[in-house]
Amino acid sequence: MDFRDSPEEAVFRADLRAWLAVNLPADWSDRQPNVGRYDVAFAREWTAMLHAGGWTGLSWPVKYGGRGLPLTYQGIYLEECARADAPDHIGPIGLAMAGPTILTVGTPAQKQRHLPKILTGEEIFCQGFSEPESGSDLASLRTRAERDGEDFVVNGQKIWSSYAEIADWCILLTRSEPTSSRHSGLTYLLLDMTSPGVEVRPLRQMTGDPEFNEIFFTDVRVPAANVLGAVGGGWQVAMTTLLHERGTLGFALTVILEKLLNRLIATARTVQLDGRCPAADPLMRDRIAGLWIDLQGLRYTNYRALSALLRTGAPGPEGSAAKLHWSEANQRLTSLAIEMMGAGGLLDGTDAWWGGFWSYAQLRSRGNTIEAGTSEILRTIIAERVLDLPRSR
Amino acid sequence: MDFAFSAEQDALRTTARRYLTDRLPLSRVAELADSDAGWDVASWPELTALGWLDEELGPVDHAVVFEEAGYSLYPGPLFASLALARPAGYRGAEPATLAFADPGRPATLAGTAETTCRAERYGEGWRLTGRKTFVPDLLGAAHAVVLAAAEEGPGCWLVDLRAGGATLRPLSTRDRTRRLGELILSGTPATPVVPAAETARVFADVRRAARAALACEAVGVAQRCLDLALDHARNRKQFGRPIGSYQAIAHRLADVYTSVALARSLAYWASWCVAERDAAADSAAAAAGAAASDAAVLAAEAAVQTFGGAGFTWDSPLHRFYRRAQWIAAFDGGPRNQRAGIAAMLLD
Repeated sequence: MDFRDSPEEAVFRADLRAWLAVNLPADWSDRQPNVGRYDVAFAREWTAMLHAGGWTGLSWPVKYGGRGLPLTYQGIYLEECARADAPDHIGPIGLAMAGPTILTVGTPAQKQRHLPKILTGEEIFCQGFSEPESGSDLASLRTRAERDGEDFVVNGQKIWSSYAEIADWCILLTRSEPTSSRHSGLTYLLLDMTSPGVEVRPLRQMTGDPEFNEIFFTDVRVPAANVLGAVGGGWQVAMTTLLHERGTLGFALTVILEKLLNRLIATARTVQLDGRCPAADPLMRDRIAGLWIDLQGLRYTNYRALSALLRTGAPGPEGSAAKLHWSEANQRLTSLAIEMMGAGGLLDGTDAWWGGFWSYAQLRSRGNTIEAGTSEILRTIIAERVLDLPRSR
Repeated sequence: MDFAFSAEQDALRTTARRYLTDRLPLSRVAELADSDAGWDVASWPELTALGWLDEELGPVDHAVVFEEAGYSLYPGPLFASLALARPAGYRGAEPATLAFADPGRPATLAGTAETTCRAERYGEGWRLTGRKTFVPDLLGAAHAVVLAAAEEGPGCWLVDLRAGGATLRPLSTRDRTRRLGELILSGTPATPVVPAAETARVFADVRRAARAALACEAVGVAQRCLDLALDHARNRKQFGRPIGSYQAIAHRLADVYTSVALARSLAYWASWCVAERDAAADSAAAAAGAAASDAAVLAAEAAVQTFGGAGFTWDSPLHRFYRRAQWIAAFDGGPRNQRAGIAAMLLD
């Protein structure tokens, strides 16, 4: 057991820290027009800089544009980004879901075609899994893909797709055998979002922002070469994607929580509009410390999972526990921020602290226990696959 | 970064689990808890033979030992000897403890300057006078390191509890596997072990070691409660199905698993930080202590509920784990005190 960096890791960390100090505009987050919200223009610019600096695809193979480093380096990268309060790469679905799935089951042509461009940010991916009638029960999905010569013809509707409004590609789960049901007869497609017949309609979230979308598919032709994995074997491919989503996202989620905790501490030390300083209130102090403990617990659980991953090669289902705990900690944190501000917590926009950062963050956090597996589904996964309890259905 | 235990530490864990399961199964622990002595004195030379008391073992090795001791609810002065008396300067093979709390004062490891126990020179030696209370495993210990104040300031002295110069009074304790006692000193001969100049540093060491050890022990307690509850939930049938198939049961146990997973990560991290004298050691030990004692109480309460009526009986081992979890949660000011320390680090 040793939590120190190896000499190589220490050099990598120092290089990255120096690079961030030079390249990251010190006030980038304060300059944003909508504090705390996703800024596409800046994210594109930043992603290009990250790629030019050699900080993308750290653990991906060199021949696909990566650096071929152990996953530990991705952990260091995310830690340093949190410390510097650096923005995210523009393509999280490509990096954490589409990319690892293509790496695992893709053809050489698919790997060559997509992986380097995911890293550069030239190809942004969105996810087409959920449907209006298929939420947690993903296997009930009905979007059809019918074989027609060298193509599949796609008809149907997907929903809750983040980034679809800017995405170039979609990882799309379809039913390719019309008489099939449940987990059989599904096919996983890589779909070009510029194809004729694709229509993206924004959905407004409770924050007021349109951060996710519906996608409608009308006779969209997808070349058979864009099937990922086997025709009819889409369920297994989708599970690979979700395993990676919940397995490797732990570090990224911890970074989000760390950035928010730093802001929470700054808020606590600020005299609020009603003249109180939350840092002087013992009840607030107790809860802030509790959140710091949550953060460290998640961080070191990620490390422990990473140690196991480096030995076994595949992320285990334990990632579900990290996502479950993170989402609830994030909700506690943002609600505490609003509570701390007292009457000031009633404000949003220009009159609120930092332009309404907490107002947005608190409402947005309610989505955390729904997206990427609801907390109910995650608890069921833990019960059945980690704890070996009998199935509930 | 490497979170894995060494092969030697894995072997230590395997041996500890086997010894405790064979030699001190829960039925035997219950007998001992209900006995006058409260523990099997003959187990001490066995622990010595197993190497648990070797001076060479560091905090990460102790993490393994304490987690297993918690998992099997070992009744005996292991925590008091290794995590209280040792870091306070005790260098012996016999069981020992640390008498730090004074009546009417907060029973924490922080208030060394406030002790009302007096140390006075007597010829070539020293004598102690005063009362110490809430002394862990006092009746099982052969020696006590005692916090007392001399003219030079607070320090620690070693008292031989079998020499007859001190009065030992057991306190009727909820956790019968880790009883507390009161130590009455009236001109009791003692040997100095920690001078005044070192006391603050030594008690900071004791606090870190004790918190890391109890965090690991609490993880063991929590894991055993979870294992017992899972076993019951898989096998107990109601309405024709195992009760673990019902989400009301399964989801609660999933939450326990998550709490234990995080607490375990923190407990191992804290043990490593203590071993390496890392700059984060105080915060890590506080975080681990708070998270693990919360997880142990949560797990014990969930296990009682999962077992239903059977979990509420005296014959069930669960109340013994529950009492230990609560003992840990009350030690040195508990999670509330630990979070206060973290808040000071973050906010002041």
